Amino acid sequence: MSAFLSIRNLSLVLKGGPRLLRSVSLDVEAGEVRGLVGESGAGKSMIGKAVLGILPRSVEVVEGEIWLDEVDLLKLRPSERRRKIGATAALIPQDPLTALNPSRRVGPQVTDRLVDILGWKRADAQARALELLAEVHIPDPARVMRSYPHELSGGMRQRVLIASAFAAEPKLIVADEPTTALDVTVQKQILHLIARMQARHGTALLFVTHDLGVVSKVCGSLAVLYGGLVVEQSPVRDFFRQPAHAYSRALLAATPKYTDPMAGLNPVPEAVITAVQAEVAQADASWRNGGWRHD
Amino acid sequence: MTDLYTVTDMHLSLADMVNKPLFGSAPRIDILHGLSFSIKRGEVLGIVGGSGSGKSTLGRVLVRLLEPSRGQVLFDGQDITHLNEDALRPLRRRFQMIFQDPMSSLNPRRTVGSIIAAPLKLHGFDRISVRVDQALDHVGLPRSFRTRYPHELSGGQRQRVGIARAIAMEPEFILADEIVSGLDVSSQAQVLKLLADLVADLGLTLAFISHDLSVIRRLCGTVMVLYQGRIVEHRASDALFAAPEAAYTRELLGAIPLPDPDQPWGAQAG
Repeated sequence: MSAFLSIRNLSLVLKGGPRLLRSVSLDVEAGEVRGLVGESGAGKSMIGKAVLGILPRSVEVVEGEIWLDEVDLLKLRPSERRRKIGATAALIPQDPLTALNPSRRVGPQVTDRLVDILGWKRADAQARALELLAEVHIPDPARVMRSYPHELSGGMRQRVLIASAFAAEPKLIVADEPTTALDVTVQKQILHLIARMQARHGTALLFVTHDLGVVSKVCGSLAVLYGGLVVEQSPVRDFFRQPAHAYSRALLAATPKYTDPMAGLNPVPEAVITAVQAEVAQADASWRNGGWRHD
Repeated sequence: MTDLYTVTDMHLSLADMVNKPLFGSAPRIDILHGLSFSIKRGEVLGIVGGSGSGKSTLGRVLVRLLEPSRGQVLFDGQDITHLNEDALRPLRRRFQMIFQDPMSSLNPRRTVGSIIAAPLKLHGFDRISVRVDQALDHVGLPRSFRTRYPHELSGGQRQRVGIARAIAMEPEFILADEIVSGLDVSSQAQVLKLLADLVADLGLTLAFISHDLSVIRRLCGTVMVLYQGRIVEHRASDALFAAPEAAYTRELLGAIPLPDPDQPWGAQAG
């Protein structure tokens, strides 16, 4: 059988504009942690959004299939699609302060998923939420349930969102830059927490980040994107030992490391950019030739 | 080398608006607790710490956007601790600042040329047009960018405009507060390389505030680690990274995920 999440030839366009994703194909096996890396505008977040059915209105799917748990999401009616995604997948967002409703207490925001999607009773959901908050090492969960988001620190808010993402036992979680807004020491705690929760619940994880250091710690394999094109997919170990694509090598060379005072002042060379842009143009040319024939 | 800055037992407290009663004045909270250090001419100092450690506040004291509540700050031998705005104005040219978010620190209604020219006019420079061109040359932007607006530029290019505006003033000291944290690694590398070259070419003294020790390692000769408004370690980069002394420095270094799957990055309770 095919992978748990299988994206086939997915192309997105900004309405009336260029392609944002260029025939992306990507498989995530059950329980696997897959990193999506690239610079801003590379389309890594768009993949996560497409999977969760939360693309902005201005973005349109023009081609492709997104198989989630043996169902092609793009063939479903919107209401069925929402139900399927809600029961199967969840999101850990980047900014916990904007993801939580500032005018509601934390408790109901964690239990919402259980009540709305799984049809639990509030009281049962409440009890489960307390368990979950304890599982993500929140001290005094009962007090946190009664708190408003602004009363919690950034790390605590992110823990709340992790608890809420795992609440309905999803089989896939999209984590979109979940630690970018945090201090390194808190980031380490949160990444360890996500890894532990992922392993315990056997959840597949699509981990969107621009930080190659984070990828090397969390992910089993990764896909590198440039301009909406997947330029390399490799197991993490292979990628860091011997990156296959010139652009990947340049990204690694541009990443500073405190262990090496000479690392990280090497901007991506012009030649590499030119070459990878040519690849993007090439992909577009062959897509147009193939694409218009359908009409 | 002589000291450009000498800071002695500097304290800073600010009004705690979160706990301000409806009537009456807000209680004071202490942000910086008796810092003493000096910055030598030509030094590139990295200031690192977690959020809330006081690193940006310290930076703002150095360029006297904030006034210390106790202690003394000497700039080039002159006491600037409590100078008023009129007395500070002639000094402001000499210490410049580059900000974190170029989108909010560059006026969206002004062209790049007039953004760089504005402080020059304010400080009565001559040959302003020539100076703007030179500043653009220094940061590697084409002169034709004078007529562009900030929104037409990429993040890295905007940050270069911020740098151009600062160096056009021919300052002796530049404070750079998290200037690469919003950038992709490739633009980050470009901006850091540019900054390193400018510091060397123009003989600048630089204080570089960052939460990222890897970036500091690449750029800075000395490092100051702040924790809850106190200096926990302040040493030459090579020595600090070879053998960090303070427990907090070790914790910071241990938390950084290196791009290396074989780095031990031990599990911890949390």
